[in-house]
Amino acid sequence: MTMKALTSGLKGLAVATSFGLLAFASAPALAVDIQEVTSPGGIKALLVEDHSNPLIAVNFAFKGGGSTQDPDGKEGLSNLLTGLLDEGAGDIESADFQAKLDDLGVSMSFDTSYDNFTGSFRTITDFEDEAFDLLHLALTEPRFDEEPVNRIRGQIVTGILADRNNPEEIASKVFRETVFAGHPYSRPDEGTPESLANISAEDLEAFRNRVFAKDDLVVGVVGDITPEQLGKRLDQVFGSLNETADLTPVPMAEPVLGKTVNYDIAVPQTNIRVAMPGVMRSDDDFFAAYLMNHILGGGSFTSRLYEEIREKRGLAYGAYSYLASYDHGALLGIGTATRADAAPQTVDIIRLELQSMAEKGPTPEELEKAKAYVKGSYAVRNLDSSLAVAQTLVGIQLDDLGKDYIDERQALIDAVTLDDVKAAAKKLLDVSPTVVTVGPAAS
Amino acid sequence: MMQVMRAVSASTLAGILAFGPVSVAGAQTATKTENPTAEKADAPSTVKSDAIAGTPADQEPVEERITEFTLDNGLQVVVLPDHRAPVVTQMVYYHVGAADEAPGESGIAHFLEHLMFKGTKAHPEGEFSRAVADIGGQENAFTTDDYTGYYQQVPASELAMVMKYEADRMANLVLTDEVVAPERDVILEERRMRVDNDPGAQLQETVQATLFQNSPYGIPVIGWRSEMEQLSRDDAIAFYDKYYTPNNATLLVAGDVTASEVKALAEETFGKVERRADPGDRDRALEPEPLAARTVTLTDEKVTQPSMQRVYLAPGETIAEPGEAEALDVLADILGGGTTSRLYRSLVVDKGIAAGTGAYYGGTALKESQFGVYGMPRGEASLAEIETAIDAEIAEVRKTGVTEAEPRTGEKPGSQEHDLSARQPDGDGPPRWRRAVDRPYAEGRRDLARPDRGGHRCRRQ
Repeated sequence: MTMKALTSGLKGLAVATSFGLLAFASAPALAVDIQEVTSPGGIKALLVEDHSNPLIAVNFAFKGGGSTQDPDGKEGLSNLLTGLLDEGAGDIESADFQAKLDDLGVSMSFDTSYDNFTGSFRTITDFEDEAFDLLHLALTEPRFDEEPVNRIRGQIVTGILADRNNPEEIASKVFRETVFAGHPYSRPDEGTPESLANISAEDLEAFRNRVFAKDDLVVGVVGDITPEQLGKRLDQVFGSLNETADLTPVPMAEPVLGKTVNYDIAVPQTNIRVAMPGVMRSDDDFFAAYLMNHILGGGSFTSRLYEEIREKRGLAYGAYSYLASYDHGALLGIGTATRADAAPQTVDIIRLELQSMAEKGPTPEELEKAKAYVKGSYAVRNLDSSLAVAQTLVGIQLDDLGKDYIDERQALIDAVTLDDVKAAAKKLLDVSPTVVTVGPAAS
Repeated sequence: MMQVMRAVSASTLAGILAFGPVSVAGAQTATKTENPTAEKADAPSTVKSDAIAGTPADQEPVEERITEFTLDNGLQVVVLPDHRAPVVTQMVYYHVGAADEAPGESGIAHFLEHLMFKGTKAHPEGEFSRAVADIGGQENAFTTDDYTGYYQQVPASELAMVMKYEADRMANLVLTDEVVAPERDVILEERRMRVDNDPGAQLQETVQATLFQNSPYGIPVIGWRSEMEQLSRDDAIAFYDKYYTPNNATLLVAGDVTASEVKALAEETFGKVERRADPGDRDRALEPEPLAARTVTLTDEKVTQPSMQRVYLAPGETIAEPGEAEALDVLADILGGGTTSRLYRSLVVDKGIAAGTGAYYGGTALKESQFGVYGMPRGEASLAEIETAIDAEIAEVRKTGVTEAEPRTGEKPGSQEHDLSARQPDGDGPPRWRRAVDRPYAEGRRDLARPDRGGHRCRRQ
């Protein structure tokens, strides 16, 4: 949901596609020395000190405080909140708040997913005191003035309307509503024009007050700051939050399988989405499933789906699979897009590949290569910039992986056997998938 | 309901197409994958996703760290050492893009970019990509109007390996009809995905074709469908033989390396590639003076939200008067570069009639470029209201110019960040790097300090 799309056009694609991530040697290449910091006020954070530049990056999350917490009828509340925290806080109105961020060179942004509300903040040390004050104000005293609320809400509504006939957006929506029917995960993160119209400044403040608390907070920090200094900053920013969050319990989501759904729209290319069961992040066979997925469709230019759908037959520009492990449910998803008349053939190929993987699993060579890639690319994707490291520190805590996860990860992957992967393939793929197509009905 | 998208010539800077999607994990609904940050390539979900302060290109010391040299065969080499992580990025830019295509062969530059992954005499299809994947590396390629680029990001110890492969495919590509035919279907699917399924993209394409009536920039990078369908193996090889030669390329190596290491490796690998052709000077037919305003309207029942864009022909930095390109950069920033810009304050905040608005300038085009403004109405506002409000801001800036206090994007304190992402390639090709060498940033800034240049800061995206 971004107005940038207007200007970006094809250029936006370049940004996305050239987001190639840096690679590291497969040995523990970057010494990431993670320290556990507890502030005088009792707030915990993971810290990687890096004094090479006068910068501090802070990422944080309110675990469980994502869009699942949007009240019924007020879907899109948490997403709207992400756009309003930096639109005026305390005595500082919207335009002045933005100007201050600009002047200080502070980057502050917020995001929400199904499960978590997250924030990302970066400042240079020259102005860090004022910068941390602004973050504190944004989290504790956002103003929710009428003008910015109406403006940001209007932008979101416009985006929703603009995407109403976008085949990829439709595919995501139909997929979500089919696979997670009846569960909060089926709802649109950004809400609907109707639900957004129902949201008041009081609702925004109530959500903030209910979700932003010390007991669901996790923090990751990278940069030019010592543990002692960080302790003070943690109290400065987060110290006045409520002790405990008041989260609405979320039931487990069992993906609905075996459904076939077509959304009829007159476009030349049909979008295809397929759902299979996934694994929870805490499951013992997580890495077995992860490696299996990499071989099936996770590897950019080397996976089976890519090979069969794109390379051999030229049926699509992209073909991929992914594992989504949410806090309250998991799935393995597949996606591609092909000319409308080739959609049935492409779905058949996907089914065959799923069946083949379920029955025979990968070859030893495929597994070996997948392990090498998955080990080598981790540092790349997660440790290539201070912001990425800070995000990783938050991710490790959200997933409860432990402070030493980065060091232990290689061994966890090496320990996966071919039989483990075959078992994971059998478990996840030997079922009837849900298939969603968005394109002309005849296809 | 039938809705209209309208443009008096419109946006999209040079179209950029990539060989393949990257980082597909998490691309859809995945919010948490094995990599906690796997979604990071996605746009943030907040509405204001304007550039984060501190884009790496602003780094002042970059110029000082760059080394440039030319091999005997004419290959230009640029080295940018950065030793903070044991990683290196290799990028090879060929000085050829879609605007160099012969009439009737639109799409061949991009098609060849795809076909460059089909293997060579010594290394059959897929070997290079597997070698990159085996070490956790990343790779991709892209085509723009003016450049075609290939890159890999790998552990620094593997630089020799990727240089060997990249040098090999500069001269030894092997194409058969068996691999060419399905790949042509792939680019046709790519066109369906990017353009045929999307009325907005169709409008963009038409607008470019309307703005550039004589210049090749009016032809889409991906090509016109009817011509793409006819592209053959022979067309691709002919284009390859004409343009893929060391004297028509720039090798850029950035990361945990020294210039002397790169020089030695470059001599051993690319240095062995003989000159294969002499493509000559790069030319672009120029536009005649535009006498009539042109309006392009696309009506499609799938369009649920109208938008308007207007584009002006503008000189690119290579043909602009000194300081002119920088001034246009600044003007775009002041007028429409984010939430503190004039257009945003007026249309989105004060009048409350737009959901989004902005301005941009694509100065890196080889010859002619464009300056654009755009707006998307919000609520009950009409396209006409948006256009009127944008015109008022343009009239105001024409009448009274800008103030000293306004432009500041390029000088945000946070832009001192030297992040590793500085090494991520982008579609602008070598000029952005070369500009840093050829025209020191500081000098550019002094020039811009003149009020008659319309501003006093220079923005680098």
